[in-house]
Amino acid sequence: MTEVNTPEKVEFSPETLKKAQEIIARYPEGRQKSALLPVLHLAQNEWNWLSAPVMDYVAGLLSIQPIEVYEVATFYTMFQIEPVGKYVLEVCRTGPCCLRGAENIIDYLENKLGTKVGGTTTDGLFTLKTVECLAACGFAPVLQVRLKKEDGNYIYYENLTPEKIDNLIATEWV
Amino acid sequence: MGIKILTEHIGKEDLKPIDAYMKYGGYTAVKKALTSMSPDAIVEEVKKSGLRGRGGAGFPTGMKWSFLAKPEGKPRYLVCNADESEPGTFKDRYLMMHSPHTLIEGMIVSSFALGANTSYIYVRGEMMFVIRILEKAIAEAYAKGLLGKNILGSGYNLDLYVHPGGGAYICGEETALLESLEGKRGNPRNKPPFPAVSGLYACPTVVNNVESIAATSWIINNGGDEYAKIGIGKSTGTKLISACGNINNPGVYEIELGLSVEEFLYSDQYCGGIANGKKLKALVAGGSSVPILPANLITKTANGESRLMSYESLSDGGFATGTMLGSGGFIVFDEDQCIVRNTWNFTRFYHHESCGQCSPCREGTGWMEKVLHRIEHGHGHMHDIDLLVDVAKKIEGNTICPLGDAAAWPVGSAIRHFRDEFEWHIKNPSEATRKGAVYRKEAVFA
Amino acid sequence: MENTAPQLFKVTIDNIEVEVAPGTTILQAARQIGSHVAPPAMCYYTSLKGTGGKCRACLVKVTAGSAKDPRPMPKLVPSCITTVQDGMIVENTVNEQVLETRKGVVEFLLINHPLDCPICDQAGECHLQDFAFEHGRGTQRYEEERRTFEREDIGPYIQLHMNRCILCYRCVFTAEQLTNKRVHGVLNRGDHAEISTYISKAIDNDFSGNMIDVCPVGALTDKTFRFKQRVWFTKPVTAHRDCEHEKCSGKVTLWYKGEDVLRVTGRKNEWGEVTEFICNTCRFDKKKTSDWVIEGPAKVSHHSVISANHYEKKAIPEFGFKQAAQQYKQIDDLPVQLPEGEKKPVGIVVRPDSK
Ligand SMILES: Cc1cc2nc3c(=O)[nH]c(=O)nc-3n(C[C@H](O)[C@H](O)[C@H](O)COP(=O)(O)O)c2cc1C
Ligand code: SF4
Ligand code: FES
Repeated sequence: MTEVNTPEKVEFSPETLKKAQEIIARYPEGRQKSALLPVLHLAQNEWNWLSAPVMDYVAGLLSIQPIEVYEVATFYTMFQIEPVGKYVLEVCRTGPCCLRGAENIIDYLENKLGTKVGGTTTDGLFTLKTVECLAACGFAPVLQVRLKKEDGNYIYYENLTPEKIDNLIATEWV
Repeated sequence: MGIKILTEHIGKEDLKPIDAYMKYGGYTAVKKALTSMSPDAIVEEVKKSGLRGRGGAGFPTGMKWSFLAKPEGKPRYLVCNADESEPGTFKDRYLMMHSPHTLIEGMIVSSFALGANTSYIYVRGEMMFVIRILEKAIAEAYAKGLLGKNILGSGYNLDLYVHPGGGAYICGEETALLESLEGKRGNPRNKPPFPAVSGLYACPTVVNNVESIAATSWIINNGGDEYAKIGIGKSTGTKLISACGNINNPGVYEIELGLSVEEFLYSDQYCGGIANGKKLKALVAGGSSVPILPANLITKTANGESRLMSYESLSDGGFATGTMLGSGGFIVFDEDQCIVRNTWNFTRFYHHESCGQCSPCREGTGWMEKVLHRIEHGHGHMHDIDLLVDVAKKIEGNTICPLGDAAAWPVGSAIRHFRDEFEWHIKNPSEATRKGAVYRKEAVFA
Repeated sequence: MENTAPQLFKVTIDNIEVEVAPGTTILQAARQIGSHVAPPAMCYYTSLKGTGGKCRACLVKVTAGSAKDPRPMPKLVPSCITTVQDGMIVENTVNEQVLETRKGVVEFLLINHPLDCPICDQAGECHLQDFAFEHGRGTQRYEEERRTFEREDIGPYIQLHMNRCILCYRCVFTAEQLTNKRVHGVLNRGDHAEISTYISKAIDNDFSGNMIDVCPVGALTDKTFRFKQRVWFTKPVTAHRDCEHEKCSGKVTLWYKGEDVLRVTGRKNEWGEVTEFICNTCRFDKKKTSDWVIEGPAKVSHHSVISANHYEKKAIPEFGFKQAAQQYKQIDDLPVQLPEGEKKPVGIVVRPDSK
């Protein structure tokens, strides 16, 4: 799989570290733990998923115990705590989306990618997941993908159709 | 055409740049509030406006503000709830995406009214693109001296930050949100103490929805009395409604409270009627948590009165024949939709989103989901229906936070109004599990 | 003029009046009256700050909020964390809604519980057993598959059986408040939430053993006592020693079988709570009578099955046996033809998770 390796030495790049420090400064003295979610987002963008060494590094950065990071990372669904493909396709499976064909889209993706929900394609390019309501119900069906950008960015792809998906796979998620 | 106070200028041009926003009178409320009003006077105006919380519970905003404790030597916080995760609800996202300064302006005047010098906007992490928009807009506001030290020479200081969530519906519950903002798991707190006394970092805190905060600028500019003239009765002002499901024009609409449900649902200006010429089967009027209504109780109340988009009219008849305005997530079901399947889907959502602290919600949501899954997949028993009703009842009212209620209500209401559909599923498992097969009352009873 | 006596609040619980200091919780006020009106508590623990409010076992009805504002409270309230007001009127055992809700809580706590009492070391001193016995309905309606967790080894002293856990969070508070470095916590969420170290780390520090004592069920048990003996065949004796550890009380209960000390625990009061914690040296390393100054036989809590001596007969609700019959592995792997309605013979109690 691509990008699943955790480097020997886990450390933010100087730019990311600066960003993390800016984030920590948003919270009062002694409340640096508040920065945990935003810093985990930074870490996930840097390493694609949150391995235990990555979480330990974040704990050190915020002067908290590693278990405090594990507790949080496992609570929130956006954090990948197992290796994932380069693109994690997270399709909304909640009621309003289903009223507009989300289940068909999920089936289509399973067939197209040749992997079930929860699985990763053999080339390591895609992990297919389902998520709960993304607040895009009016533009259903919808999926979100994190594109590796400077500080991480999640894009919603809305009003999905099989043709749109074919097109995205061919041209955008490469 | 109803009055618009939050979205009036959206669509005229890109309102994200601060200059564009200011062209339409943006930030006049900050100037007015900080240079000519006392914090108490602002709270008074908001009280007069009758504005009610737009996050779902409808609690009067001015009253909430007046409960804020003001002990010496402790900072106070305003936290904006932009977690927006209730299925069917996508209105806050619309406002923040298209007019981020409307929220920021509201944050400044509200923070000033509450005496907060640091405020946070908690945005669900999935909406990273909204976070980027807000961060950019906040930087512009700092550059214009609308944030930071000594704003507009008033001596008032305010720092405003955006905080991303990590993917958890429960963090929309205000105390879970505060825990999350402190870098913890989103476990709701037992209340009391209420955030107004002990909130963020154990300091007095107000948590308000995006739309509630955004509305305060207009109230400052035009006065609480003017705001109270909009709407109907105790449902003052306008409300953003996010409409979705099987309708012709899904999207976000700002309506004056008191608009009839019929007009909202069928007029081309709003939902534009049921898509594909189908018939209406059911409606969830205020986000997945509120009771579902069958077609015959949607446009008219049980008494035959016209049903209106207002807190009071939607809840007319109590849970027996009414529902709630909730967060304004308007989900429309056409005749081809299966109520059992949707109830299972919604229950799966609550099961998935329960934080797991308290036993009735942790265990009860999973139990209900499994039973509903069985019924939907052709393995139900008649006694399952009463079991579901009883389990829902044992959860409702007995949990730490209202997620338990939110999980119980969809189940209770679906069985209340569509019991025959559940029975049909149980009695006809092979037909019910055939792809595309839906129970139609006419077919069975006509 | 100088009335310095602290003002007390008058509270009525199940028609019995009691005067308590302001700040007292309903639960503590009820305990002052006595065990017949005290609500059950599965997550609250007096000597651990921040516990309570989670399990909902202790919900009661407040029919009058206070003398000043005698309106009833709209919902049942968790008595363990709700403080009393002067003139408050509370209903616990006399209120149908409370009893019915409590039956529901028992049921919720049991639907995913393995009901493996016959092989559980906690059996006999398990609060979930007591709770189910005293407040449950005795029948079960749950027909779905039970949740199970993967096993995690957390070191040589403590055995973790996550399947039995009721997520009271007591052990987390214990680690937070008594040890210098918490290495375990609650991971995941909802009904997948679990007690874990995440990285299968051994939990070892001087006070970790107290997690065993505070655990209301058999989720955390003493590894050095595993399967040694059913607790009701052991004899508890109160003892103490002068422990060099400054935070250790040195006050313990020794659990004897004949001449041998099989287990050392903190002393539990009549509510099953330890108020003076002990260190791991006292708990795990001092298992000779000569290590201790013996005080005498320990008092056993009134409703404990040890004292009542009715473990086999009543303490496992009937459905426990039914459940065992349904779920435990069958000994015959061969497909046998059985007459209509006849159950396959059921074999020895072996769950996949009980090594
Ligand atoms: C499970 C749950 C989820 C909630 N989600 C949201 C949400 O996403 N946004 C929101 O504004 N309020 C949400 N609320 C309501 C908040 O707890 C709180 O009442 C609200 O933010 C207060 O703001 P308001 O008075 O302006 O409505 C939620 C409540 C619960 C119980
Ligand atoms: S009701 Fe559910 S979500 Fe709310 S605190 Fe209890 S377990 Fe958590
Ligand atoms: S249901 Fe899919 S975005 Fe809301």
